[in-house]
Amino acid sequence: MTEIMRSVWRALAFLAVQVLLLDSIPPLHRFLTPSIYLLFLLWLPLRVGQLQLLFLSFVYGSVMDMFSHTPGLHASACIWVAFARPGLIQLLMPRQEEDAIRVEPSLLSMGLVPYATYLLLLTLLHHGWVVFLEWLDLGDLVYFFIKVLATTLLSLLMMAVTELAFRRDPADDRR
Amino acid sequence: MNIILLLIRRNVTLVIFLALQALSLTMLFRFNRYHKSIVSALYNEMAGSVNLRYDGILRYFSLRAQNEELLRQNTRLLNELRSNFDRPDTARLTAPLGKEPDRRFLFLPAKVISNQVSARKNYILLHRGAAQGVAVNMAVVSPAGVVGTVVQTSPNMCLAMSLLHAQSKVVAVLKKGSGFGEVFWDGLDPRFLTLAKLPQTVRVSRGDTVVTSSYSDKYPPGYIIGVVDKVMNDQGTNTYNLRVQSAVEFQSLQHAFVVANLQAIEMDSLTRKLQDPND
Repeated sequence: MTEIMRSVWRALAFLAVQVLLLDSIPPLHRFLTPSIYLLFLLWLPLRVGQLQLLFLSFVYGSVMDMFSHTPGLHASACIWVAFARPGLIQLLMPRQEEDAIRVEPSLLSMGLVPYATYLLLLTLLHHGWVVFLEWLDLGDLVYFFIKVLATTLLSLLMMAVTELAFRRDPADDRR
Repeated sequence: MNIILLLIRRNVTLVIFLALQALSLTMLFRFNRYHKSIVSALYNEMAGSVNLRYDGILRYFSLRAQNEELLRQNTRLLNELRSNFDRPDTARLTAPLGKEPDRRFLFLPAKVISNQVSARKNYILLHRGAAQGVAVNMAVVSPAGVVGTVVQTSPNMCLAMSLLHAQSKVVAVLKKGSGFGEVFWDGLDPRFLTLAKLPQTVRVSRGDTVVTSSYSDKYPPGYIIGVVDKVMNDQGTNTYNLRVQSAVEFQSLQHAFVVANLQAIEMDSLTRKLQDPND
């Protein structure tokens, strides 16, 4: 399976789970909806260039918006993630080994703590932006932070489950 | 130009990021009803507040014209008051202003030329005189309340004794009920008048409105004089001594009305007959 085909399948799968499952169940405590679709962008191979990443995330976010009937909302958040991702990876994974270029960010390629930080920060960024744009009003700042943090935690839980269910071995890429 | 291109090329990621972000935010605000309404509400708010301030400034320029317009309107309305008429019956034709057979009071607008409040005996100079129908002993009121009495006239001006005058005296009643007294000035504070000789059978409390009595031959009945500020009992005479806050701000008086009692001559002659039976 080529890298591109694999990415397309992943995108479809993530979108399907997000739209058909997570977005259609009632929000937890009436205001928390986890998102898993973001993981597609976080899993993209490292060698995808910055510009490609930006355009890709715009298209991906727009497709997500098509299903959630909020034009521009997820696209905008995804562009933020794509913009912040390369720098963050530079920061967390300074040693760019020869073959590491090909690998995706993952538990095995980055190590537990850097990978968890990577997931946490980008998810936080994404959710914070989405909630901010959804409300367009910080309103009660405490309430805003509670919502962002709680949604982030819930999403991270979903991501952890996904990571455990679908182990990605960087060795696969080398073959 | 080259430098700009170079800058763009160097920061191409940032430029693309901003462009895409702008694109998606445009979509967000254009195609979502909630976001669209928030943005347009914000725009309206901003434009509205600017317009409001601008309008507030513009209003100053037309202030004079508006004042004159209001004065005209007030004169017309005051002359329409029912209390200006003493109507023996209703089967009369209407006549031009001031010539109606049963009109009792006529309001004549007058500009205040000079004004004083600091003396013991204060006078107000008005720009309307004998040639314009002013006579001695006519009442002077402002839109806010009773001001005083005309004491001298010249062809185009008249001098009025303000309520803030040691000799001014107005028969007054409480708007809410019976009993009449006299309003005069104690010569101390231009904001406060005194209402005396009001019998203590009348219930008075702070905030009651004091108006002119219908017993007065000068003032149109029911015209406001002031508001009761403090109630003091006069132990010796069984009457009240009330401190009344004047309805008129004498310091900032600009427009006034001279009130002509068109039936004053008739009333005078009748009273004089009573006093002098030989006449």
